[in-house]
Amino acid sequence: MPTRTLTPPTETVERALVVDPGQRVPGRASGLPLRREGPAKLTGAAKYTDDLVFPGAWYGTTIRSTEAHARLLAIEPDPDVDWSKVVVVTAADIPGHNVVAAIKDDQPILVPVGGEIQHHAEAVALLAAPDRETLRQLKGRIRLVTDKLPAVFDPEASQHAFARTEIADGDLEAGFAAADLVLEGEYRVSHQEQLYIENQAIIAVPGEGGGIEIHGSMQCPYYVHTALKRALKIDDVQARVIQEETGGGFGGKEEYPSMVALHASLLALKCRRPVRMIYDRHEDISATTKRHPAIVRHRTGVKRDGTLVAQDIEIVMDGGAYCTLTPVVLSRGALHAGGPYRCPNVRIRARATRTNTPPNGAFRGFGAPQTEFAVEMQLNRIADALEISPAELRRRNAYDEGDATPTGQVLRESVAAHEVLEAAVEASHFERFRAMTAAEAKARRGSGTIPDEPYRTGAARTARGIGLALGWHGAGFTGAGEIHLASVAAVELTADGRIRVLTAQTEMGQGTKTIFPQLIAKELGVPGEWVEYPTQDTAEVPNSGPTVASRTAMVVGGLCITAARRLKEQVEARNGGLPFHEVFRDDATKHGPTRIDERFEPFPGEPFDEERYKGDAYPAFGWAAAVATVEVDLDTGEVAVQDVIAVDEVGTVIHQILCEGQVEGGTLQAVGYATIEEMKLQDGRYLNDRLATYLIPTALDAPHIRSILLEAPYPHVPHGAKGVGELPMDVGAPAVVAAIHDATGVWITELPATPERILAAMAPATPGGAAPRSAA
Amino acid sequence: MTAVRFLVNGAPAEVDVPGMRRLLDVLREDLGLTGTKEGCGEGECGACSVLLDGQVVDACLVPICQVEGRIVRTVEGLALAARQRGELDSLQEAFLEHGAAQCGICTPGMLIAARAYLDAGGESDEDDIREAIAGNLCRCTGYTKIIDAIAAVATRPE
Repeated sequence: MPTRTLTPPTETVERALVVDPGQRVPGRASGLPLRREGPAKLTGAAKYTDDLVFPGAWYGTTIRSTEAHARLLAIEPDPDVDWSKVVVVTAADIPGHNVVAAIKDDQPILVPVGGEIQHHAEAVALLAAPDRETLRQLKGRIRLVTDKLPAVFDPEASQHAFARTEIADGDLEAGFAAADLVLEGEYRVSHQEQLYIENQAIIAVPGEGGGIEIHGSMQCPYYVHTALKRALKIDDVQARVIQEETGGGFGGKEEYPSMVALHASLLALKCRRPVRMIYDRHEDISATTKRHPAIVRHRTGVKRDGTLVAQDIEIVMDGGAYCTLTPVVLSRGALHAGGPYRCPNVRIRARATRTNTPPNGAFRGFGAPQTEFAVEMQLNRIADALEISPAELRRRNAYDEGDATPTGQVLRESVAAHEVLEAAVEASHFERFRAMTAAEAKARRGSGTIPDEPYRTGAARTARGIGLALGWHGAGFTGAGEIHLASVAAVELTADGRIRVLTAQTEMGQGTKTIFPQLIAKELGVPGEWVEYPTQDTAEVPNSGPTVASRTAMVVGGLCITAARRLKEQVEARNGGLPFHEVFRDDATKHGPTRIDERFEPFPGEPFDEERYKGDAYPAFGWAAAVATVEVDLDTGEVAVQDVIAVDEVGTVIHQILCEGQVEGGTLQAVGYATIEEMKLQDGRYLNDRLATYLIPTALDAPHIRSILLEAPYPHVPHGAKGVGELPMDVGAPAVVAAIHDATGVWITELPATPERILAAMAPATPGGAAPRSAA
Repeated sequence: MTAVRFLVNGAPAEVDVPGMRRLLDVLREDLGLTGTKEGCGEGECGACSVLLDGQVVDACLVPICQVEGRIVRTVEGLALAARQRGELDSLQEAFLEHGAAQCGICTPGMLIAARAYLDAGGESDEDDIREAIAGNLCRCTGYTKIIDAIAAVATRPE
């Protein structure tokens, strides 16, 4: 039987500090603050958007296209219906620009008559009614007259590129010429749905003078704010956006809430009352963004000892019908595509194209899980071909301090690729387990119906395997992104002596509302309960940038600590040098309020050249390794992921329990990505657009996950933290697929690794079936 | 319209609504008990789990006409039912301390499933706990800390 729980590491890893999992005492006992909004969430008192009551509010819905590509000729409300009791909104009702503000202004809020429908489930018209029954009855009475146009579904056939990127370093030809082995591979990854359990939800409340107030589930209030101003032709004050308790985001509530808020606002302005736009699950899956599907091709040159000498990588991402955030997803994907490995000769060519499918967008990892899956598969196949342990191959190539990435970024500090690798190998007893699975495979040899075939056997129905992956994830916005954002965060001592931390960073489960007061309280030397973290309301908090890209704790956390430090200095200086905690209340009475705003200053390093793709792509990277063990049913192809050891180096760990929560949750999303999560499309429409058909792991599907946190603090923020949100998502899937290979001898090069794909790969060499143990 | 009388969290309730109205809507909209959440509306996610005569049900699948004369318990009644003086009962406290609630949207349903498991004498065995919460989807935690929290309560007498 496979081991359920593997024993913890016994030795401290050099350089990085191990937070020993055996030492953990949960919650209050260890001195960590408890989740601030936890009691409200646990008693049902927390108000999510759909829990809010706005007297007189109407219900809104969206009329969507049923074609993937068509010209919209007319919108025809049924003449037999009395439309006076409801409101209908079309593109003609939009006062400002008919665009959802994002990177490019290509996505309309509603398709105008005469315009082109670019994807299935695209918004064409809106309807609001006083009650849901009327809404349901009338929704089907608006007919869309269309003229069908040819649709493109294959991202490689698409002639329209949203973005292209090329990263080049060294001399590729010379690299391949020096190689002892050249290995090619093609890898494909599917759409993935964020599947936050709370669907998209926005309530728009019309105000005086054409203003609008948004209450909703979202990651980025200021994105919504910008979108409202442009489309509704209103100013900063007329547009007000308030984040309510948010039931998960994972990137899915980065850009899409702008669309929902615009729809709700247009209806609210027209019917002059609050409008509730609450998606049901079916609509949410059919219409909202997914993780970009991708095709990644590798050609890798290695020396006999496993040293990488050349990497030629081509990436094609399917952007869907509109640009959304695709160029930056592609950029992050390309920048991570080589993996955390030294290689002197590299070319990475990436493009993202338009297809007539619902737009893809942000999802935890943001392009990196796709490309890191491919490079880790490639590494594991090289290890197999050279008969070197996958751990040893990585040991020989993983970045050290002082190495340079393909953009020429010198990794000067906070580099922990080797530390996470060794911790994972040790904690999982990787080599010992691998020797066991090899012995088991040998014992199976010849025991089945296929002579000499160790993987198909009559003697044992299941086979177990172990797999390893190593990864990295840039913390913060890509390239010059943080400079463009120019985030501002503030710490305020109010006239009545309260301490408030003002940021736009939202809580969506990851712990923002807990760690910000924790960090500031520590800096000021006051109890955590004394520090307030007011609601993310654009009328109250400065624009400290979006809550995405693993940037909140590192970038905005750093700004707030610096602001707190300045506040403390000011208050102590004017109170005879007495400690802040003794004097701040008197100081507030005497001097009135003091507010310190802190604006982002560039981190040290080489500025990133966005044209040439040279320089420091990220201020720092987080490092992760995962080891997965699986049991594969050799008759059915079913995979049970048994254990995952997830080792993540995140800079300073601010709150161990919350940090582990990020690692465990991200790891399970990666396991789902590897094994069961798949969107099936037909003619550009998602077929499995319900929770009954799009599956995510339950507690029974979930492996036993053990997180091990390492710390290699980043020296250019006061608290040393990097990011943790996305990192674990990058390594789970390749580790699982490597384990499937260890168990079955076949490489599954397309995610998810479904039973069908595993059985097909294991089928004996017949026309239409791949040979067992074929290396693509 | 059908008049339906039942007990919610120990207090009598009476509604006069269409008999096929979902228990979920009656709780959330007619009685203002918004702690019970809707995640999918088709019995897949368990966010709307409540106890009906002590059994875990998906409130989105129960028509109110089936609730006549029965006992409903929701997340709002957990601490109450445990005759807890404080705000949280031992299970809620364990969720808080172990970090078992993140975004919190699955939490009410998860607590209900866990409560039923513990009330039925469930122990700290990991596989049994996984089975007990298998009808409740969580996208944040990876389930690890939820299982830890339930196991912690199972091993200590209330």
